[in-house]
Amino acid sequence: MPDALLVLADGSVFPGQSIGVEGHADGEVVFNTSMTGYQEMLTDPSYAGQLLTLTYPMIGNYGMDAAVEESARIQPTGLIVREAATFFSHIRAAGGLSDYLKAKGVVGISGVDTRAVTRKIRRHGVMPGTVTTHESAEAAAARLRGYASYDDVNWVTTVTTDREYDWPASGESRLRIALLDGGVKRNIMRSLASRGCAVRVFPSTTRADEMLALRPDGIVLSPGPGDPRLLETMVAETRQLIGKVPILGICLGHQVAAQALGAGTFKLPFGHRGGNHPVQDTVTGRVTVTAQNHGYAVDAAGLDGAAYVSHINLNDQTVEGIALKTEPLMTIQYHSEACPGPLDNDGIFDRFVGMMAAVPGGVI
Amino acid sequence: MKPESVLIIGSGPIVIGQAAEFDYAGTQACKAMREEGVRSILVNSNPATIMTDLEVADAVYVEPLNVAVIERIIQKEKPEAILPTLGGQTGLNLAMDLHRAGIIEKYGLRLLGTPLEAIRRAEDRELFRDMLAKLGEPVLESEICHTVEECESAARSIGLPVVIRPAYTLGGTGGGMAFTWEQLRAVSESGLAASPITQVLVEKNLLGWKEVEYEVMRDGAGNCITICNMENLDPMGVHTGDSIVVAPSQTLSDKDYQMLRSAALRIITELGIEGGCNVQFSLAPRKDVRDWEGDPAKPLPYYVIEVNPRVSRSSALASKATGYPIARVAAKIACGKTLDQIPNAVTQKTTAAFEPALDYCVVKIPRWPFDKFALGDRRLGTQMKATGEVMAIDRCFEAALNKAVRSLEVGGRSLLWERPEWRNGGEFSLEATDERLWALMAAIRRGMSTMDVSRTTGVDPWFVERLQNIVAMEKRLLTEHLDQALLRAAKRLGFSDEMIGQLADRLPEQIRNLRHEWDIRPVYKMVDTCAAEFDAATPYFYSSYESENEATPEPGAAAVVIGSGPIRIGQGIEFDYASVHAAWALQAAGLRAIMVNSNPETVSTDFDTSDRLYFEPLDDEAVRDIIENEQGEEPEPPASIVQFGGQTAINLADPLRRAALPIIGSSSETIDTAEDRRLFERFLQELGIPQPPGAAILTMEEAIKTAETIGYPVLVRPSFVLGGRAMEIVQNATELVTFVAHAFEAAQGKPVLIDKFLEGREVEVDAICDGQQVLIPGIMEHIEAAGVHSGDSMAVYPPVHLDDEEREVLRDYTERIVLGMGAIGLTNIQYVVLPRVPGEGPRVFVLEVNPRASRTVPFLSKITGVPMVQLAVSAMLGRSLASQGWPPGLWPEKPLVAVKAPVFSMSKLVGVDTYLGPEMKSTGEVMGIDRTFEGALAKALLSSDLALKPNAAVLLSISDRTKPAALPLIRQLAESGYRLYATEGTATMIEALGLPVTSVTKVLTGGHPNVVDVIADGSVQCVINTSEGRFTGSLRDGFHIRRTAAEKRVPCFTSIDTARAAIDALTAGASFDVATLREYLGQ
Repeated sequence: MPDALLVLADGSVFPGQSIGVEGHADGEVVFNTSMTGYQEMLTDPSYAGQLLTLTYPMIGNYGMDAAVEESARIQPTGLIVREAATFFSHIRAAGGLSDYLKAKGVVGISGVDTRAVTRKIRRHGVMPGTVTTHESAEAAAARLRGYASYDDVNWVTTVTTDREYDWPASGESRLRIALLDGGVKRNIMRSLASRGCAVRVFPSTTRADEMLALRPDGIVLSPGPGDPRLLETMVAETRQLIGKVPILGICLGHQVAAQALGAGTFKLPFGHRGGNHPVQDTVTGRVTVTAQNHGYAVDAAGLDGAAYVSHINLNDQTVEGIALKTEPLMTIQYHSEACPGPLDNDGIFDRFVGMMAAVPGGVI
Repeated sequence: MKPESVLIIGSGPIVIGQAAEFDYAGTQACKAMREEGVRSILVNSNPATIMTDLEVADAVYVEPLNVAVIERIIQKEKPEAILPTLGGQTGLNLAMDLHRAGIIEKYGLRLLGTPLEAIRRAEDRELFRDMLAKLGEPVLESEICHTVEECESAARSIGLPVVIRPAYTLGGTGGGMAFTWEQLRAVSESGLAASPITQVLVEKNLLGWKEVEYEVMRDGAGNCITICNMENLDPMGVHTGDSIVVAPSQTLSDKDYQMLRSAALRIITELGIEGGCNVQFSLAPRKDVRDWEGDPAKPLPYYVIEVNPRVSRSSALASKATGYPIARVAAKIACGKTLDQIPNAVTQKTTAAFEPALDYCVVKIPRWPFDKFALGDRRLGTQMKATGEVMAIDRCFEAALNKAVRSLEVGGRSLLWERPEWRNGGEFSLEATDERLWALMAAIRRGMSTMDVSRTTGVDPWFVERLQNIVAMEKRLLTEHLDQALLRAAKRLGFSDEMIGQLADRLPEQIRNLRHEWDIRPVYKMVDTCAAEFDAATPYFYSSYESENEATPEPGAAAVVIGSGPIRIGQGIEFDYASVHAAWALQAAGLRAIMVNSNPETVSTDFDTSDRLYFEPLDDEAVRDIIENEQGEEPEPPASIVQFGGQTAINLADPLRRAALPIIGSSSETIDTAEDRRLFERFLQELGIPQPPGAAILTMEEAIKTAETIGYPVLVRPSFVLGGRAMEIVQNATELVTFVAHAFEAAQGKPVLIDKFLEGREVEVDAICDGQQVLIPGIMEHIEAAGVHSGDSMAVYPPVHLDDEEREVLRDYTERIVLGMGAIGLTNIQYVVLPRVPGEGPRVFVLEVNPRASRTVPFLSKITGVPMVQLAVSAMLGRSLASQGWPPGLWPEKPLVAVKAPVFSMSKLVGVDTYLGPEMKSTGEVMGIDRTFEGALAKALLSSDLALKPNAAVLLSISDRTKPAALPLIRQLAESGYRLYATEGTATMIEALGLPVTSVTKVLTGGHPNVVDVIADGSVQCVINTSEGRFTGSLRDGFHIRRTAAEKRVPCFTSIDTARAAIDALTAGASFDVATLREYLGQ
């Protein structure tokens, strides 16, 4: 007998088995097509407020390993899978998926035809849904009608750090970075730290002058969840930073910087979430495979004349990166830190380090 | 950058390690070239391929794949570039040969795909290690050796066990593992012999480590992508071609996955490949499975095991597993395109620059030939033994595995099968053999713990637990009441109706009815490369017990083509060729072609061959489910075509009829008339056409009685079995008892046939009938005398020895049989023609009638220009031959001669006798085509590695019965300058002729040199060995001769006729033409 239900806003119901805690959780239902990296995805703050559907059907095969967590908690409101492995096998595994969800207090459902869910979202766009273990489908659907729109919530405030903290460089510290946290993933810090960067992480509400007071060699604008148009303060503060210090914007940070440079943003019908998106460098023509997780994209119309589109997505031609022609600023819509996903783009961090090193007096 | 014209090298005949995947690759490449406006020139010696069809490439050469021939083609066609990477190891080796001969430079050819330097660095072990070291990739402890002594010294420093890998071989021929010093010597010897440069690698043995492969692509701009990764269920130690393979990997974390992916991309970049490449890794297992030194908290240790700098068997699998057309994209890259410039043919919206995302699990299982070679060594190691493979797709591993096992078609075995010995409490082994999967299941059923199974076999506990899930479901079905929930749960794990019925004590049909009552039906999901992220146009589906069906019926009439399943001995690529043409013919007639097949290597399972492809087992249940799905709400189900997919498809005629599902073409009644001995006898009697006397029998008493009535020798064979399995010529009652018992086993309850064995010329005829008229495209004569299976015989078109009267009788018989039987479409008839008796008419007997496409269809279609499958399908759809513009009768012979020669994979199958008999043993075929018989034969011999060098030494060991026939041949050999070696008896005869001969002993335990020595040490370069029958001493002695010859790759003739034909052709000077098929056909 089904002991959990996935109910979508369009009224469709998918019965399944509960794999997490009892209760219900609402969220914008999204899907990710990565075949590995479920724990990295579960702990990615960009999934705040969303119900995560994984298209790969067998999830949990290699168990759970705290070392790969990208943040301290499970970020999506719930997990939707075709099958949650009851048995896991890996040298690093310290527990199973279902126990993990339960320990972290998150709902989950297995036994769902996740391909059917994915096709629905592809056709009709992302939509609200709920995973519930204690209600009838009708009751859940009725409750969903009162669901506040995902787009109206400033999700960044729910995931950013509440106080600043330091992530030390591994080995000799050569550069100092101020990171504005909109929902950062740990591998961004790891990637910077391994390149001799000492990172100070600031809450999303931090003012530009507070960060500049650190006399950083560079600023990183982090990824994060939600509609970037709600982030007026971050955009305004970023405007204060441009031209003063080298800047790297990743995902949400890219959208924030783009807005600071006059561009707009819009919501994609069903987002880009996966580890297989081809991105082309508009200057070199080179294509790399990227990890992506975003529901909004930059509209380049209105972009400051000093900036140009540096990368595009080959699937739908959306903007994947911008750069300033003469100033040290680059942003990418995809995730150079991977985790999960291909490692092809960690050269971005090297480029950023190079960019910082090239600024006179930049080295501490 | 785009070349104006490209010479594409095919892979030659199907052998173990190099199968149908290269037809698929070459065909895709030619199509891609055409799209790019590049003139394609194709050369391949294998006629049973779609790529050698006149329409596929701009110029098609069916010619031997050697330097001299290729140079003549280059002189004639003046290609701008050459593309060898789609022709397997054959293609790469030929490219290296052309380079060494200076041809590439002499004609200023551009080598596309893989630079010569990259071929060397991937294939030469020393350069390979240097490359890995340069990239900072871990290098496995190993030493390169050129002598057995060097191998021993290397093994001493590395420590046993070690793996020995010969350089430049395919399928790991000659290599293996050594656990003891004797094994080390033996494997070193065979490995050095197998390597064309006498070089092997002695390597640390990673037995029990995980084996993982990555398929990667790179374009000329340096963009790299991964198509697919795959994990072997069988850990290191079993050749990947012999491993059960799962895609994507299941037990790799994202860290592991990306670490290996990045390494694969670094390697393809370093090699500078422009196209596809396969990289094999071994990855450290769990320490509680196999211990290793190192810190498990660090990234897992791994080694790069092998790099194939070309499209490979794994790329075909990866293509079918993901939907990404690797060969097509590789060909476009060769034409100068970059990945982002190539449209994604699947989504038709995005580009080829992306990595497929799978939302299902794929399982591949190899198909081994041990059902035919019961005496072969079934253990699996570093040398590949499988002839083919099956693939299945579902949403979980268990279901995909169950479906893959159903697809294997090994005597109807499901995962429930156990060896009778195991059931009686006998011990059984979990060592790697073709039966290990079933042994694992049996061990789990008997309560062996997951960790014990894993530690014993090295199979990761994850896979073992998944098998445990299957066993747990078996137990539920055995003990619980079969309700809706249980039935649904069993179907979701891939249990067939038959398995469920067996466990829950019902008939399969009852389970099917229950399913329908409870509305438990499969839905069909699309293989779309992108996990449903984009709307895809590819009509490629697999079944699953899920909620949403994506394969809703489309408007318009359709017909279902039943494919031929895995490539196996007796049912090869020829049947895939016919299936593909059947789909095309349906489309040409305005119908939607629906293909069902389970073989990932083939053209039939390519995404654009049919209007809809179902990747499913070819059994009753799967095919009926598909037909029901395609019927949808329509009153009539679509009809099925069963005559192109070999015995696999024909066997479905009966179940389909019982399910009241329509078949077009010959009815199942016609099939019964041909296959049921009693009906067939009565039928021929009514027509007044003779057949060898005999009977169908069900008991041993009947067998003995029949044989005595008709007189020995008799031919024993089971009915309803393809490829002459368990077929034997027996000379006396003792042999009869043994072989009839063997045949009963193979016949599985169906009768065994006993016929008088007539020694004459075997002749084969294919015919097409529309119900009114019969067109006979051609008659083929076998070079070997009757008694050698038709699939193992050399066949020549047009016949050399038949007179007009005999041809006329063959035409007459064929027409009357085909019309009388009511066969619609294709029929293959085998005859034996006895020598003419002065004053009497032709003496023609019917041996066998098969109302279906035979393995000669591609050969005959190509050399006669008659589009046989297309005409047959049109006839089946009700269009007369006349209305298609084809006259009845024997199609006029073309002014050409074509010889089809079998090719064997004997060097790979230890313990298997190479002696030719009524049971088929060959894995593939080649064709020699020319203006003269000698030219055609010489080409066929060259292409099948039977060419004799002038002044070579020949070892003769001739049975008494064949000595008279051998005399002229021996004289001819001596006169042509060949040096003769012979076993005692034969030597005495040769001396009596006054010819010089070196006598060698047959007794292996006696003095030296013995027969094995002279073959092994290279004293002789050719062997002619005939024997009497299986039980005579000569066959046992001969076994060592033939085995050694197979292992040392020395041509070995076991038929005087073949040897004579070969000598004739080669002593005649062997001058031949090199021309396109069109030129030979006069078009």
